[in-house]
Amino acid sequence: MILHLTNARLIDPESAATRIGHLTVENGRIAAIAHDAPPASGGRVVDCGGKCLAPGLVDIGVKVCEPGERHKESFRSAGLAAAAGGVTTMVTRPDTAPAIDSPETLEFVTRRANAAAPVNVVPMAALTKGRAGREMTEIGFLMDAGAVAFTDCDHVVRDTRVLARALSYAGSLGALVIAHPQDPGLSAGAAATSGKFASLRGLPAVSPMAERMGLDRDIALIEMTRARYHADQITTARALPALERARGNGFDISAGTSIHHVTLNELDVADYRTFFKIKPPLRAETDRQAIVGALRDGLIDTLSSMHTPQDEESKRLPFEEAASGAVGLETLLPAALRLYHSGDLDLPTLFRAMSLNPARRLGLEGGRLRRGAPADLVLFDPDVPFVMDRFTLQSKSKNTPFDGQRMQGRVLATWVAGETVYERTR
Amino acid sequence: MSFPHRHLLGIEHLAPHDILQILDLADDYVALNRQAAKHSDTLAGLTQINMFFENSTRTQASFELAGKRLGADVMNMAMQASSIKKGETLIDTAMTLNAMHPDLLVVRHPHSGAVGLLAQKVNCAVLNAGDGRHEHPTQALLDALTIRRAKGRLHRLNIAICGDIAHSRVARSNILLLGKMENRIRLIGPPTLMPAEIESFGVEVYDDMARGLDGVDVVMMLRLQRERMDGGFIPSEREYYHRYGLDTEKLALAQPDAIVMHPGPMNRGVEIDGTLADDINRSVIQEQVEMGVAVRMAAMDLLARARTGGKAA
Repeated sequence: MILHLTNARLIDPESAATRIGHLTVENGRIAAIAHDAPPASGGRVVDCGGKCLAPGLVDIGVKVCEPGERHKESFRSAGLAAAAGGVTTMVTRPDTAPAIDSPETLEFVTRRANAAAPVNVVPMAALTKGRAGREMTEIGFLMDAGAVAFTDCDHVVRDTRVLARALSYAGSLGALVIAHPQDPGLSAGAAATSGKFASLRGLPAVSPMAERMGLDRDIALIEMTRARYHADQITTARALPALERARGNGFDISAGTSIHHVTLNELDVADYRTFFKIKPPLRAETDRQAIVGALRDGLIDTLSSMHTPQDEESKRLPFEEAASGAVGLETLLPAALRLYHSGDLDLPTLFRAMSLNPARRLGLEGGRLRRGAPADLVLFDPDVPFVMDRFTLQSKSKNTPFDGQRMQGRVLATWVAGETVYERTR
Repeated sequence: MSFPHRHLLGIEHLAPHDILQILDLADDYVALNRQAAKHSDTLAGLTQINMFFENSTRTQASFELAGKRLGADVMNMAMQASSIKKGETLIDTAMTLNAMHPDLLVVRHPHSGAVGLLAQKVNCAVLNAGDGRHEHPTQALLDALTIRRAKGRLHRLNIAICGDIAHSRVARSNILLLGKMENRIRLIGPPTLMPAEIESFGVEVYDDMARGLDGVDVVMMLRLQRERMDGGFIPSEREYYHRYGLDTEKLALAQPDAIVMHPGPMNRGVEIDGTLADDINRSVIQEQVEMGVAVRMAAMDLLARARTGGKAA
């Protein structure tokens, strides 16, 4: 089966180039990329009409609510949402009920994922049993079963001795540990970032300093254990110098951020709109700008959706009581394109953060636009405007903060291993 | 002039002339309340429901009395005891009540923003009787009326608000209202009880009470909300009283005719000296209670009139 994608604006995050050309897919892989020669005869030809063709997104930190809360999201619905959003690999979180902390639950997840989701699913596993921060999980067995990284998600391991041991054990196996840098004491019970807005609204708030404190602690432990470490979400300006220093010292540390923290700020919460309640909470505009700058400079490596489905009941509550999190699989690319249209980031930089870097960090093959790479691709029109309607989302949960907002840029088609998994009909 | 708001959820969205409209009408109701026959039929035929998700004695009594004096049918619901315990959500409770066609809903809730959330789901007028640490608009209005009657004006005054600002909705509403009316506001309290970046609201912050009280016209004490404390905001009650409790000695630093206010209930000997609180020459705490009924009558009257299109109901 040969597929020719012709007349496409090819976005290559590795060479940082965008050029019109065509791409040939054979046996699920990219067989050729050319910029001038007409496509070889034979096979199906799709004229991309000059739209953008890029490596599919690799989204670290997707929550699929299986097992436990399938009414919020299943592998089927998340997979369809991913395909519609140009996400070709979902890197799933273990913060389900129960947590994915044993090879048996991980196998269940892998089996369900392969049967139900049209995109690649690579699971992460918990770092400690039950994400309780007391005993480490069977990291070796879990790696054998396919876990690509170990994380307790938003549960911070409070006991530094437990974390130090887990880090050094994981380090000996070459396992990547993903942590949520946040001082657990300062951030307890917080629903907003401290500052004028939280004071006006009377919300319990956390100082942005809590993130730096969490990161500083983790960096000290990395220096001690030499583990491979990724900070799931860096969202404040004050954490950046610490990250830069740790990089400079040669530690194996990388960092990500979430699409919501680079496109929204604390004021978007307005009159207690709970769809804007996420964890960590939305930050000040100065922080948002600093994080966008860090993405541009490459200090922050990855940009992900932190897809967290919540049903209406968990959101239709007073702000303090409402659940945190927002769905993001389908809005990651259109929202990221805001940064392109505002002139903050160019397209190769965006795809470096959303496709290439996450794949590299997790040791996956995707995320690249080169010969031999898997044909996980997204075709999109960066310019087409639309108004987001949350009820058009494929996710079972519709908790997107972008509801009713003007967006620019839409996915036209998505391929996984050369198979069409999504095609926009209109 | 009709009142341009559907609900009274906070001071934040009120304009200075809205505030004055409420206060002017409240002055009339103070006069009514001092007569032997205190009854009016302004709200006759209307139903007022008081929903208190948090304990309250005085505010609830004040709203109840205000409604009854205006002729409304008043019902009190103690929400802790009822459906919330059975797991019903706030919105379901609101929808249920809405189906009973109330005209005025008075709500207190322990979470910031909860009253506003409820207001989105019902089609009657909602009055916020305190939501979390967010706002308590009728308290700020009754404080304003008390100040205006005692001082003869509600602008260009030096006003000190002392105590637990961080956990206080009374403080937030007062800062907004007194700021809108162009007063100079000082906040006095230990840094652990100050909200973050509160200076950006145009107030001066003092952790030394003597400096903060220097020359002020109004001293507004706040209750030290012990039930809200997660623990460890202040070392002890006695140290707090020593540094931030109001006594005659500290009050001597304020203007000689400065008035002392407290939203109640008072912790005598924690934030305020007992004899001072009872000093009729300085303390206007009893007047505040009286103004409370009048201000709530005025607010409900205006909201009810706005609902019926300007005609008295």
